[in-house]
This record gives sequence, C-alpha cells and structure tokens, in this order.
Amino acid sequence: MIQTDILIIGAGPTGLFAVFEAGLLQLKCHLIDALAQPGGQCSEIYPKKPIYDIPGFPEVLAGDLVGNLMKQIEPFQPGFTLGERAQTIEKLEDGSFIVTTNKGTKHQAPIVAIAGGLGSFEPRKPLLQNLKKFEDNGVAYMVKDPEVYRGKKVVIAGGGDSALDWCIFLADVASEVTLVHRRNEFRGALDSVEKVQQLKNEGKVNLITPAEIVGLNGKDKLESVMIRKKTTAIEDITLEVDSFIALFGLSPKLGPIADWGLEIEKNAIKVNTFDYQTNVPGIYAIGDINTYPGKLKLILCGFHEATLMCQSAYQRIYPDKKYVMKYTTVGGVTGFDGSKKEAPKAVIKSID
Amino acid sequence: MSDIKIKITDREGVTHEVDAPTDMNMNLMEVVRSYELAPEGTIGVCGGMAMCASCQCYVKSEHELPEMSDDEDAMLAEAFNVEDNSRLGCQIHMTEDLNGLEVELAPES
Repeated sequence: MIQTDILIIGAGPTGLFAVFEAGLLQLKCHLIDALAQPGGQCSEIYPKKPIYDIPGFPEVLAGDLVGNLMKQIEPFQPGFTLGERAQTIEKLEDGSFIVTTNKGTKHQAPIVAIAGGLGSFEPRKPLLQNLKKFEDNGVAYMVKDPEVYRGKKVVIAGGGDSALDWCIFLADVASEVTLVHRRNEFRGALDSVEKVQQLKNEGKVNLITPAEIVGLNGKDKLESVMIRKKTTAIEDITLEVDSFIALFGLSPKLGPIADWGLEIEKNAIKVNTFDYQTNVPGIYAIGDINTYPGKLKLILCGFHEATLMCQSAYQRIYPDKKYVMKYTTVGGVTGFDGSKKEAPKAVIKSID
Repeated sequence: MSDIKIKITDREGVTHEVDAPTDMNMNLMEVVRSYELAPEGTIGVCGGMAMCASCQCYVKSEHELPEMSDDEDAMLAEAFNVEDNSRLGCQIHMTEDLNGLEVELAPES
C-alpha cells in the first residue's frame, strides 16, 4: 500500500504544482495518472504548442512548462503511479481514503485532491461492428508490451505519431506489419514519416492508403480485418492478422470518478471557493475538473486553486497546529531530499 | 454589423438559431460553447487547436468558408463520422460573410 499525505489524481500542471505547494508545508504527495507520463494534456495533446498566459513566461511551450514544473517539484520527491486510472475510493474509519487503480494498486492518504483536468484519457475507438467482442482478443488501443506482438501479423490504423512510432518499432518485432491510414499524408513527425517510407521501400512494412478498416472477423479471437481502399474505385481487401492496433488518439472522460458520490455539474466536480473542497470532506478538486460560479479553465487558475487547497489540507491533517503562510523569499525551499534553497544573507561590513 | 444569425443543429437534432458576434474573435466552437449547445467536456476539448475533432460539424449551407489549414485537414483525416462537408468548428471564425450559416454538430466520438 502506497501511503502519502496528499494523494493527487491527475499529473497535469495543476497536480504537479500542488506537489510544490504541499512541499512548502512539508506534506508529501503521490500522483496517479492514466497516462504513461506526467503533464496531462500539455504532454499528451500539445507539447509543442506555445502558451502565452503563464505569468512570468511571455511564451512557453506546453512541454517545457511541464519540464519546469517537474524540476520545481524535484526536491519534494513525489511518488507516481502512471499508466493507471483511479478506479475506486473507500473512506476508512480514521477519515483517510484508500484509492485503488484499475490495475489494483492501492494508495492511502488523509487527503485526496482530484486534479484530473477534463478526465482520464481514454482511447478513441473506431466505429466497427464486433469491436467489443475482440477487445483484448486481438484488438488493442495501445501497446503495453511490444513482446506480445513478436512473430505476429499486426495491422495498425491511424495517421499520427503513435501509429507511425509503433509501426517503426514493431517492424523489427512482428512477422508482418501493415499500416492503414485514411489518406496518403501523415500527421506525425517528419522523420517518423520518412522512416516508415524507408521501411516500406525495404519491404519491412506494408502501407495501405488511403484506406480504412471496415470489418473485423474471427470466431473466438480476431482472425482477419477487412480494409476498404479508396482510390478511383473502392476495393475491399481481407487481410489475415493476429492483432489490430487502433491508434486514433485519446479523448477525456470523467470515468469512474463520476461514481464517487461527488456532486457533479456539467461534467465537472462542484467545489466551494474557500478551499476547493468537494461535498465530501477531505476530497478536493482543483483545476479544469472542478466548477464553481465564475470558474475559468486556465492553468493559472489551477495553480491558485492548488495553493489554497494545500493550506486547507494542512489544517485538516494538523487541526491543532497554527500555520502562518510564509513567502519563499523569506523561508526558502526545504526539500525532502535534504536540499535547501534560500536567499543569500546580506553581508554587513563595518565602515571605520 | 456586429452580430450574425447562424443555425446550429445540436447532437439531439434540435436546431437553434443564435446570434453570433463578429467583433469578439470568436469561432464556431466557442459560439456552441457559449450557448451551451453541447455538454461541457464534449466540445472544444483541445481548446480550439484543431487537435481533437470534438467540434466537428457538417456545413449545410452554401457559404464559402475559409480554406482548410493543414492541421484541420490532418485532424479530419483521423476523426470519425467524417463527411465531405465536415469542418472543425474551432477553425471557422465568425465574420459577416457567414451570416445565415447552417451547421450540424457531428456525433460525439
């Protein structure tokens, strides 16, 4: 069981900054995120897009902002459970919570802060009959373990970076890799496109464009896919495969959090603006996932909410302690790793 | 003129005639959001960067729309339920030329 002071669900900018603010109060944090890397939307959807409204940064790439936040919280040594979705929550008699992920990892904390943005990112599924029947039985939406595909016939669908990257990677693992995309142009990084072109030229991958998967066939498990090629005339191709990996990006869903007994309004969690606590004492919601009168879904608002949430969390954990807010310019930053950053002391020299 | 009239058919099939300001640098996705014609979290997920296709719509009228950017074109190539008249609402900016525009929101995916 992972134990911490504040369990943060969502490792986007707001969740990451909450680690810093908690750290100033000497509270330990652990973060859970459904994505495999921290940063939320900033890392997953638009890492190369510039953001212009972060105070003090006239312009910062979303990916760089995440990198800076990770550096800023380094001294506070947060724990991460990545690639797992927070699934259930249970309140214990002592008032603390146990949050279990979809993979069974358990976390215990007196405070839970939901910083889940628009929700956990779920794969966008193609509109195909029989899709559900073959899920985990030949159809996958992400590659968890490439070794699963060793020596197998794999068809990948999609035109973005994920589709290109896995096509390149699996070309050396699978016995046969076919990449199907709705058009001839690809949205991914130029060098990835060039690499796939090279693999095609070498006969290491099959490229079928412009085309899409229109059917899945098999008895108990996936045995073949039907590919519809759209050139001058429509041509249907049946291809025997062991696996179909559909990589059409991710879309956020509120997911299991919607069943945690929290007040929800318009797909967001209702909080008070005193400390961003939900209707369940001890559970907070900060950043894009919450709602209150006047709410603005901006990263800078999430930072503010994280700060106030941490002060309130401290009082819940230590109700008898009086805490006075300190400025980092005065108190510096003392990390859990023994590091200390503080302003240099003034040098006083006497004058004769 | 600062407002234009546009008709938006929501995902339930209900058509709404709304006033869209042309002096606020708004796009169609933002108009849909401001009139709450689709549930929060189901439209404009990426904020309007042509990176999610949650604001895909079908253009029903004959208006001449701005040419599709590479980003929009690429996103629609990956989206579902795409028709010949599909566009991303976030890429259609409200101008006086679009007075009378008629669109239908594509299904959520």
